[in-house]
Amino acid sequence: MASGSEEWSAAQIDDYETLVSTTDVELLKRAWRNEKAAPEILPFEEALVKRAKEQIQLMEETVDDFAESGHDPLIASLYQMDLDRAQFLLRSYLRVRLQKIEKFMFYIWKSDTHRNRLSKEEEKFTERCIRDIGKHLEETVLSKLADNYQSLLKQSIISEEDDMVPEPQLDTFVVAKCQRAMRPLYLDGSRQSASFDRDDHFQMVPGDLCILHYRPFQEELMSGNISLV
Amino acid sequence: MAGQSDPHISLFSAQEVEFMAEDELIEIVPNMRMDSLNFICGDFGPFLPQIATEVPLWLAIALKKRGKCTIRPPQWMSIENLTRILEGERDSQGAFQALPFHYVEISTLLFDHARDDIPDMYMVRSLVEDIRDVRVHKVETSLEKFSGTSAVKIPNLSAMEVNIIRPFVGRALQAFYKHDNPEKIPDVDRASSGQTRVPNNEPREDMSEGGKIVPWMIIYSKNIQLDQASKVIFLLYSGL
Repeated sequence: MASGSEEWSAAQIDDYETLVSTTDVELLKRAWRNEKAAPEILPFEEALVKRAKEQIQLMEETVDDFAESGHDPLIASLYQMDLDRAQFLLRSYLRVRLQKIEKFMFYIWKSDTHRNRLSKEEEKFTERCIRDIGKHLEETVLSKLADNYQSLLKQSIISEEDDMVPEPQLDTFVVAKCQRAMRPLYLDGSRQSASFDRDDHFQMVPGDLCILHYRPFQEELMSGNISLV
Repeated sequence: MAGQSDPHISLFSAQEVEFMAEDELIEIVPNMRMDSLNFICGDFGPFLPQIATEVPLWLAIALKKRGKCTIRPPQWMSIENLTRILEGERDSQGAFQALPFHYVEISTLLFDHARDDIPDMYMVRSLVEDIRDVRVHKVETSLEKFSGTSAVKIPNLSAMEVNIIRPFVGRALQAFYKHDNPEKIPDVDRASSGQTRVPNNEPREDMSEGGKIVPWMIIYSKNIQLDQASKVIFLLYSGL
């Protein structure tokens, strides 16, 4: 790296080093925290989950070998502890996503951006969930209501939009930590200054801890510049 | 079970915060020999007697429980440093002193499992508890000084403290935001007429003219002024 370092800017070197030194467990932990704290469902980390699953499977086989071959039980138990921790992170990440899907399933199904954030299995899960819940509601309640009120998604036929569909609350406040330098952001979400004298622009330096309104910072979260705590 | 913490009480349960803290690195001095460990979360070792190495906290605790090492308390946990920090906390009404993000969890775990490795353990423990009390008290009093804001910067708060105030601050700021927004529309009028609301009771504490700078929090606001009465109503509304 020494020879090529003149051509790289400081930021790139930083990024490279973080990339190299951040383990999968660290990345999974960050994805888990972000997913727990964010009000809406975030893009699925397909590559990360796949790598983590492979590593866990490999480790499970190793631990089984240890147990059978009568290897030092101390070392076997330490490997088992590490395995448990990694499994907890993976499971919790997937469970949190499933909980969010269950909460907002109609909304996710309708909006394309959110639907693209699901993995294939999650899409199948959503589809089945919607079908089952729809069927259940129709059989128990909707078929017994008056004709104009039988829709699953609308309160009545005269509603203009799907007002029986709960939407994720993007206006919540979340605690965020800045990972990388970012451009200043105006607090109502715009990036250009609409008027001359904007003193409400907001900039975070790496390491800052803030409580923020979620909506303007969606992009920063997805690009990895900030992470939720 | 994974993923079970109740989001209405707090986003992360105390155990989950501890789980995150257990990945912090800490120095140990092993008393036995062991090969390198190739974990999913990284490679550690090889372990040689009396040679200090850095391992994650969970691994240190596990080895300590089995009597395979002694733990070296981290630099910030010395009596001089903690006394200095405690005085700093007591003196500065505004800012928080710089402490590791997970200091509460790390110190609790060490007190529970590595009692004999910390010199003057009782002194250290009482210092850490005092620091915790002073900080929590500071957070509570400063929360009274909120006004309509869009973002709040809090340098040097720790993970456990964040987790405790998160539900309240989240709901309070959300309530402020909801009430701010209908007033966003007549913006032009507000800018030209300056202060549109005059407090009719005691003078507000601490608020400077233009920007509102509460000592430890840098608040970015859209120039919304609230008098005391509506502040109380908002606090009640947000469920406290």
